[in-house]
Amino acid sequence: MDKRQKEINDLKDYKYGFSTDIENIQAPKGLNEDVIKFISNIKKEPAWMLEFRLKAFERFKVLKEPDWQKPKFPKIDYQDLYYYSAPKSMKDKPKSLDELDPKLLETYKKLGIPLQEQARLNGIAVDAVFDSVSVATTFKDELTKQGIIFCPISEAIQNHPELVKKYLGSVIPTSDHFFATLNSAVFTDGSFVYIPEGVRCPMELSTYFRINASNTGQFERTLIIADKGSYVSYLEGCTAPMRDENQLHAANVELIALDDAEIKYSTVQNWYPGDKDGKGGIYNFVTKRGLCKGKNSKISWTQVETGSAITWKYPSCILKGDNSVGEFYSIAITNNYQKADTGTKMIHLGKNTKSKIISKGISAGSSDMTYRGLVDISSKAKNSNNYTQCDSLLMGNKCGAHTVPYIKNKNSESNIAHEATTSKISEEQLHYCQQRGLNPEEAVGLIVNGFCKEVLQQLPMEFAVEAQKLVGISLEGSVG
Amino acid sequence: MKEQLQKDFDNSIKNFSLSQKDIEIKKFCLESFIDKGFPNRKEEDWKFSDLNQIIKNNIGELSFYNDQTSTNKVDTSVFVDGLEHNKIVFINGRIEKIDFEYEKKDQIEIIDQSETINEFKNSNSLSDLNNAFTNKCFKILVKKGYQLVKPLIIYHTTNTKIWSKNINLRLNFELDKNSSLRLIDLFNDTSEKNFLNIFYNFELKENAVLKNYKVDKFENKNIKYSFNNIDQDKNSISETFILSSGSNFSKNEINCNLNGVYASAFVNGIFSLNNHKHHEIRSIINHLTENTKSYQLIKSVLDQSSKAVYQGKIFVNSDAQKTDGYQLSKAILLNKESEFNAKPELEIYADDVKCSHGSASGSLNEDSIFYLMSRGLSYQQSRELLINGFLLDVVEKITDSEIKNLIKNMIGIKE
Repeated sequence: MDKRQKEINDLKDYKYGFSTDIENIQAPKGLNEDVIKFISNIKKEPAWMLEFRLKAFERFKVLKEPDWQKPKFPKIDYQDLYYYSAPKSMKDKPKSLDELDPKLLETYKKLGIPLQEQARLNGIAVDAVFDSVSVATTFKDELTKQGIIFCPISEAIQNHPELVKKYLGSVIPTSDHFFATLNSAVFTDGSFVYIPEGVRCPMELSTYFRINASNTGQFERTLIIADKGSYVSYLEGCTAPMRDENQLHAANVELIALDDAEIKYSTVQNWYPGDKDGKGGIYNFVTKRGLCKGKNSKISWTQVETGSAITWKYPSCILKGDNSVGEFYSIAITNNYQKADTGTKMIHLGKNTKSKIISKGISAGSSDMTYRGLVDISSKAKNSNNYTQCDSLLMGNKCGAHTVPYIKNKNSESNIAHEATTSKISEEQLHYCQQRGLNPEEAVGLIVNGFCKEVLQQLPMEFAVEAQKLVGISLEGSVG
Repeated sequence: MKEQLQKDFDNSIKNFSLSQKDIEIKKFCLESFIDKGFPNRKEEDWKFSDLNQIIKNNIGELSFYNDQTSTNKVDTSVFVDGLEHNKIVFINGRIEKIDFEYEKKDQIEIIDQSETINEFKNSNSLSDLNNAFTNKCFKILVKKGYQLVKPLIIYHTTNTKIWSKNINLRLNFELDKNSSLRLIDLFNDTSEKNFLNIFYNFELKENAVLKNYKVDKFENKNIKYSFNNIDQDKNSISETFILSSGSNFSKNEINCNLNGVYASAFVNGIFSLNNHKHHEIRSIINHLTENTKSYQLIKSVLDQSSKAVYQGKIFVNSDAQKTDGYQLSKAILLNKESEFNAKPELEIYADDVKCSHGSASGSLNEDSIFYLMSRGLSYQQSRELLINGFLLDVVEKITDSEIKNLIKNMIGIKE
């Protein structure tokens, strides 16, 4: 058995499916003002933060769960969830990694996320989020030297309230849609990044999300601010244990790019997708939105979506500053009974704004995949451009692939071009590869990797390798 | 609106000679319409064109009662010159003339179907409205193997006698095996501020060929909705061409079910709009069995704050292997205030298919204008030449050369 085969076997049964047996502190089950106060209290939040949460909760009460999406799911009982869960050992925050609960360290080691010093070799600063709390952030000192703030958002609320107050909720207001509002009310932890003026972040910043406790919703909140002329590349990875019930993950991610700043946000999402019969898995209902606030700013989203029972998200760019650029690169792969409804929104408000969308969808087994996107060029966005390409690949006749783009052009000086294709892997391509000695599975792997290459190229090196493997593995068993 | 509807409905019913059962059905449809009202932007299919709002702003209060007891004089000056054709004439929603003078009488049957209500597979409230208020409904049956010698032109005429009225029309067509029909819908309105609600149902049997050309060219202030349902059997071909230009608001819906193998559907359209007009084409092509084909091409030229919407959907069933579906929409925005919205949609459940769509919108290419001007044309001439070429592409898709020339002349497109 060669190395690849071994990797496949390792991953065939979702290698991140273990759970860590660790003592937890949980908020009382259910959703009400007391729970929100409990969360706010345990995080020692200032009064304005609690107010922010309660305002969102007031709004949440009148909102209805949306139902226009393609993948339908049984009604979620929001009173039957735990909104806060944290390892007990985190109650008094450890000062350094040495004080961290060894069980947690072990967990992250198993996940391949090096939290300890050997991590230095990888040169990636990691913020690890375990259920509702951030357990560790590495390379803090080095980043601080340059004035970069990279810390859990709960810490930022206490240490940098002026920044958080100014920007939190400025891209995703508390009055936004159902899940975003829910998040605003009960969010627990996530990352906060601030890159000061003119600084180019020397390393990749990364957050690793892990849902461990059962019956918990994870509500992460990430806020990234790139000040004038700065640059940051941020990575996000996610896993969860295998459980029979569906778990909810409803995160909010806000990006703000000021004049000449650039933010690159990459996600490799590998939440537990449920078993072969579609039992269990994560509901990944995430709101991600970036605001190109300043002139010449740029926000680029790259996502590889292989996990989750249902993925429902549209990372968006609001191109407000003149000459700003928005990009979206996506690979979404669904297998077995997975469902995905994903895409992007590009909202052009400023002059000379440009956006580019490359979306690749692959569906196999009995899965269902939808690309849903919006390109909106407002009447003031003179001389703007959009290019969209979305390709879908189908494997087998039980799966579905759908494309639902909304294209709005209100400016005669702007251009929009949209292309979409749906097809299967051609017999000729397969034949060609097999003729040269590849077995059918390898041939499909090669072709799929070629199909995804445009997007994979956008990922940072370390992620690209992992993602490439994931792409192959997610499709295991769907050929022949 | 509710009292008005109820009152007009009672008035209309008096003039219809209907059985009790049919009246019950019509009542049911009316209630369903009262319940739903005109479609609004909250409905996904009407997202870009809020009909409820458009009627409110442009017409205000509509009345639904149509006095169809007296005949209208047929104005022969509207008839198309230079093309021999069969005629059906609607004036203010009333059938005034059915004339198949060029055809063998025994090969075409006109069946009065007033008493049957059609179940359309679209769920919007306008089909309820249509069901409730249509009186005469004819079915035109083209018999096995008969191919009409001359095209059929349906004249939709409204005159100044009516105002703020809702007019409902319904026609059914059945094309039996190996038959063919060329059908032109010509809209000729001198009235203002009426709402026309037209439903056609086509049933194409094996090897039947339908060519339907809808020409809405003359300036008018009416609001128009037209729905074509086409059911296609094995080897049948349907070709739909839409020229969307004259009315103040217009929405054309084509719902095409490819039920038989090797059936194919073609939908081509032109939007040529100015003056705050708002038009929409929505097409749904359902590939329900294997080896079916569809092709769609929609081009728009938008001037003076006009707005065009194209919603096209290709649906492929899991049985429909070897489907070939193609869809392209292109728009030129000539004016700062003009707007083009598109929603080209693919919903695919079969793997061995070839489906693609493309959509592009933007301004006239300055380089091309420069090229032409450097060769001695004026700015205006260059612009016209480019637009002409842009639209000619769609007109060239018309497979019937006689009608192609007719339409070219009508819209002034040169080769």
